[in-house]
Amino acid sequence: MTAYERLKTVRSNGRPTGAAFIDALITDKIELHGDRRYGDDEAIVAGVGYLGKQPVTFIAIDKGTNLDERIRKNFGCPKPEGYRKALRLMKQAEKFGLPVLCIVDTLGAYCGADGEERGQGQSIAENLMEMMTLRTPVISIIAGEGGSGGALALAVADRVYMLENAVFSVITPDGCASILWKDSSRVAEAVECLRITAEDMMRFGVAETVIPENGDFIRLCGGIKAQLEEDFKLLSSLTQEELTEQRYQRFRKLGAYAENKQ
Amino acid sequence: MLDFTKQSDTRESDNSSEKTVGCSSCKAEVLHRVLRENFFICPECGSYQRIPPRERIEMLADTGTFKEIYADIESVDTLDFPMYKEKLEKARTSTGEREAVVCGLMRVDGIECVCFVMDARFIMASLSGAVGEKITRAFELATSVNIPVIGFTASGGARMQEGIFSLMQMAKCSGAVKRHSDTGNLYIAVLTDPTTGGVTASFAMEGDVILAEPKALIGFAGRRVIEQTTGSKLPENFQSAEFMLEHGFVDRIVGRAEQKSVIASLMRMYRNGGNNDSLRKA
Repeated sequence: MTAYERLKTVRSNGRPTGAAFIDALITDKIELHGDRRYGDDEAIVAGVGYLGKQPVTFIAIDKGTNLDERIRKNFGCPKPEGYRKALRLMKQAEKFGLPVLCIVDTLGAYCGADGEERGQGQSIAENLMEMMTLRTPVISIIAGEGGSGGALALAVADRVYMLENAVFSVITPDGCASILWKDSSRVAEAVECLRITAEDMMRFGVAETVIPENGDFIRLCGGIKAQLEEDFKLLSSLTQEELTEQRYQRFRKLGAYAENKQ
Repeated sequence: MLDFTKQSDTRESDNSSEKTVGCSSCKAEVLHRVLRENFFICPECGSYQRIPPRERIEMLADTGTFKEIYADIESVDTLDFPMYKEKLEKARTSTGEREAVVCGLMRVDGIECVCFVMDARFIMASLSGAVGEKITRAFELATSVNIPVIGFTASGGARMQEGIFSLMQMAKCSGAVKRHSDTGNLYIAVLTDPTTGGVTASFAMEGDVILAEPKALIGFAGRRVIEQTTGSKLPENFQSAEFMLEHGFVDRIVGRAEQKSVIASLMRMYRNGGNNDSLRKA
């Protein structure tokens, strides 16, 4: 599949949503709501439950499955209160020593006047900063679209998994084409230039694991669950200092530059 | 230890002092020298002009104390992105700078600090790997010697031509800001026109104190994108510094003439508070 075909695949309606992954991975889940400041963003489904025998905090961006749901969830574009709900539950997870599982599937953070009024940028910034030193393991799975800062705000993690067809991008390829070439129809070209596939992310050191998408959804989630259990076990064996140091270094090394003495 | 004995790296002004510059707002032709003496505020209409980083540093630093750091770091076309090399070359030629941020050590009213100043003339000060590396190192240095960071932000957002690496700079810089913060150090962010996108969603909004320049554009999503998505016209002052103050996302709007004294006062007060060790440890 080309990168563009993958993008179309993850944007298609039949794609399992963030909530579907949570349903398949987590048992006895109890959803928790609200950011304790303004409201509850339905674009983010979060709470506690069991991953096997391990209680975990789960946080998933959810696009919804029908039109009514999608409208309520802003098509999976979280608002500031969504990111603040996520951070509240991450800090709570830290307090109780629960590992955090994030499922990311978003075009990007919500773009609207009310989001700006309530600090869309600030809410993402705070997540990036706080997640960097969160003293409990965090694993993020890019399940569909990993769009820009709105995805990164749930992906400052110790491990990032990507589904085989998932994409991770600094900007939507549509937006890139429209800004660079003033032509949003050149999406396929932008996709190639931006390098957004799971394979690219592995090569760049942005992701550690690719989850193959062959077989049915239940089997796929079985594989993810086994990998999560193994990685959480490993991460839980580290001291909090080792954990946050490794997370810092994981991001510290990303980005290319030259250092040319003149 | 930090070396403040070296001569300032701020470039000497050339013979362009009698050159005139057109105001970006009222279009009045103003002598460059006059504009410079007036903090790059148009004497005709009072509008704030964008300031090249070295001239901003000159306005802020005690004379002769600025020492540039990480000047050798520059962007590379790591994704082989169409036209990026040319774009970089053009930006370097037109600005005389190698990247979209200038970092350095300086004293402000005698207090030593690390500063970074972003340069909107350089590909809209978009967040490249080099920009992220320089800002990260600036915070790491300030953490290691326990001094404040003063950051003047400006940015159109991500450096699209560096793809996912650009996005990752948001996390990388935020990590360095957090470490600086966790060791009890002060970071003052000064948001200048325009501060948008990924920079707003990371280190611009992570200051202990966030100042903004009058009428600066500050926001996350672009106005056009929001208007297109929601199909509604936005008010004139939307995403201005004044709008951000009203909504609680900046501490103060500070005019350029007062910036140096406000920054120095803040550094002094927060530093002196930090001397109260007994309370801190209690």
